[in-house]
Amino acid sequence: MSGGAFVGMPAFPPFPRAAHEAVRNTTLRANLRHATHTIRDKRARAVAELDDWAELREAGKRIKDETLRHLDRYLEQLEESVVRAGGTVHWAADAAEANRIVTELVRATGETEVVKVKSMATQEIGLNEALEAEGIHAYETDLAELIVQLGKDRPSHILVPAIHRNRGEIRDIFREEMGAWGRPAPDGLTDTPAELADAARLHLREKFLRAKVGVSGANFMVAETGTLVVVESEGNGRMCLTLPETLISVVGIEKVVPTWRDLEVFLQTLPRSSTAERMNPYTSMWTGTSDAQTADGPRAFHLVLLDNGRTDTLADEVGRQALRCIRCSACLNVCPVYERAGGHAYGSVYPGPIGAILSPQLRGTGSEIDASLPYASSLCGACYEVCPVAIDIPEVLVHLRERVVQGGEVTRRGVKVTLKPARGHAAERAAMRAAGFVFARPGALRLGQRLASRTRRFHPRTLPGPGRAWSAARDLPKVPAEPFRDWWERTRGGAAQGSGRQEVSGK
Amino acid sequence: MSSRDLILGRVRRALADVPDAAEGPAGDGSAYEAAVDRGYAREHGGRTPEETVDLLAENLADYRAIVHHCAAEELPELLARLLAARGARTVLAPPGLPPHWLQAVDATRVRDRAASTPHELDRVDSVVTGCAVAVAETGTLVLDGSADQGRRRITLVPDHHVCVVRVPDQVVSSVPLALGRLDPTRPLTWISGPSATSDIELDRVEGVHGPRTLEVVLMSGE
Repeated sequence: MSGGAFVGMPAFPPFPRAAHEAVRNTTLRANLRHATHTIRDKRARAVAELDDWAELREAGKRIKDETLRHLDRYLEQLEESVVRAGGTVHWAADAAEANRIVTELVRATGETEVVKVKSMATQEIGLNEALEAEGIHAYETDLAELIVQLGKDRPSHILVPAIHRNRGEIRDIFREEMGAWGRPAPDGLTDTPAELADAARLHLREKFLRAKVGVSGANFMVAETGTLVVVESEGNGRMCLTLPETLISVVGIEKVVPTWRDLEVFLQTLPRSSTAERMNPYTSMWTGTSDAQTADGPRAFHLVLLDNGRTDTLADEVGRQALRCIRCSACLNVCPVYERAGGHAYGSVYPGPIGAILSPQLRGTGSEIDASLPYASSLCGACYEVCPVAIDIPEVLVHLRERVVQGGEVTRRGVKVTLKPARGHAAERAAMRAAGFVFARPGALRLGQRLASRTRRFHPRTLPGPGRAWSAARDLPKVPAEPFRDWWERTRGGAAQGSGRQEVSGK
Repeated sequence: MSSRDLILGRVRRALADVPDAAEGPAGDGSAYEAAVDRGYAREHGGRTPEETVDLLAENLADYRAIVHHCAAEELPELLARLLAARGARTVLAPPGLPPHWLQAVDATRVRDRAASTPHELDRVDSVVTGCAVAVAETGTLVLDGSADQGRRRITLVPDHHVCVVRVPDQVVSSVPLALGRLDPTRPLTWISGPSATSDIELDRVEGVHGPRTLEVVLMSGE
């Protein structure tokens, strides 16, 4: 069931196995290290420019929390505002329904191609594949998305989906693949970023100029005005939002904010957190449609409001904070695990720390990959520090680990179900049960400790059986010759023998 | 059941633990504003209007916009010079651009019509517009589709955009102050420097799909 919610997604190996492969790819490691370190330092500088960052972060958190608290009201208000401004609102409970709605809307225009602005929501639902199956070509127009699409690759970063590629690899993809999709790469294309960007400009321009249908997501939707906001850099967003006659925006229901004024917070925190800029080059805001007289932008505007696991996430009192996410990707850039494992290992369009808490909630923890994602972290907390809406990612990770190991009540597709404890964690549960038993019985504890001390020379360096993986990267603690409690009883903390030790209790 | 009712029903059940979720925010928004602590600054630091304009110029230049200063009476001459230096043979002007701004320009003036195709726009060398407001702290120009700014596409497809900002009147310090001046029902475009990308190795490169050259004229004394 969880696999069905994400159309077009192959079965992914669990995170540890995928990461194990990825860390051995030295090119990938070098590319990621270079990119994440570049952006980390820049972000810190951009944030330091604002002396009220802490207050902006708190306000962003509160705005999102208040919205989620009354999400039904704000969605109804948004719908009313969009309709009043000339747009049409559609509701999609899952990926399949959203894809069906978009496909029918495109068909109704009679067109067989659409231009797309980068959108996490449409990646999440596998829209391109669904359209392709119906004979409609979707052209990605964001530079990194283009690299991914031409390279028949998967995105590995929220903001920069081709972050795993370096400039040389990008040049090779452009040279080999552009011709099959339209205008080929210029002869003698080098790997300088400016030339690569220029090649993308030339390749995509003909598609923009003839496009009749644009597909986008949105960063924000303002309930009181019906305004949608797209934040971008290259101008491909502006092309897709203004040139076509029909615009279809697929947006997750959690992207709504109550008031126009709320944008003053996120337009300050989002660019600095994502690309480390004071402001991104282009932000487009539109409300409904344009009339024939002004002809400024699409005459037809369709908003597809997407659930696809979001209401299930909302039902989890601890996990719902993940819905505050504004997709800045600061948590990816700062994460030591992401830096080494890369985005593909997370088996989702949402990689990194936010992906590790979002994917298992949107999709459920039924698959191997989703059950392993809450463990794809060292819990160092750097992600929480940089998050501009203060999502306590470590807290949610621990919460989801508990859910995987112990099972319990969750909501799937709007229905409360009780999860069984995951099979893979039987040894962990047995160990914890044994520990609980022993710690509750001082006699058993003493006996066990003495036994452990007497047999210490026979202890293995690594654990056998199910414990082997755990001890592969950790040293087993050495057991002392005498248990602490025995030593204390014998010496009263060393005082009885005058062994020079200080009394510990401060009597 | 429609998907709309299905989703809204799921939302309400998901919020069963939230004490006052069902009551909803007060209609006038006062409960919402009370819950959201807006303890952040309206603007950062105190500046005179002149200093605010200087900061705008500095931040525009930092993101590779080319900044010019002039007095109102010097504008026609300056625009003529900028377009000549660019080698522009055609220049697009929105319908409400003050006619005297382009009186000294040699390039052929192209009118934007509702029926103009994107391909026609693509053949235009340069575009000259005004703006609605400029934000100093971020180096941002905001266009709202007024008569001196035109449709959004005319500042997008041509490769060279010259934007005239009336200083200090059109300049505000910060994003919060800018939003207060704007009408959300208008189509808005926020522009901070020429088109750019960070998609190759997370490093910023200027010049992708939007105008690759952005020139900003800070015009005083009108």
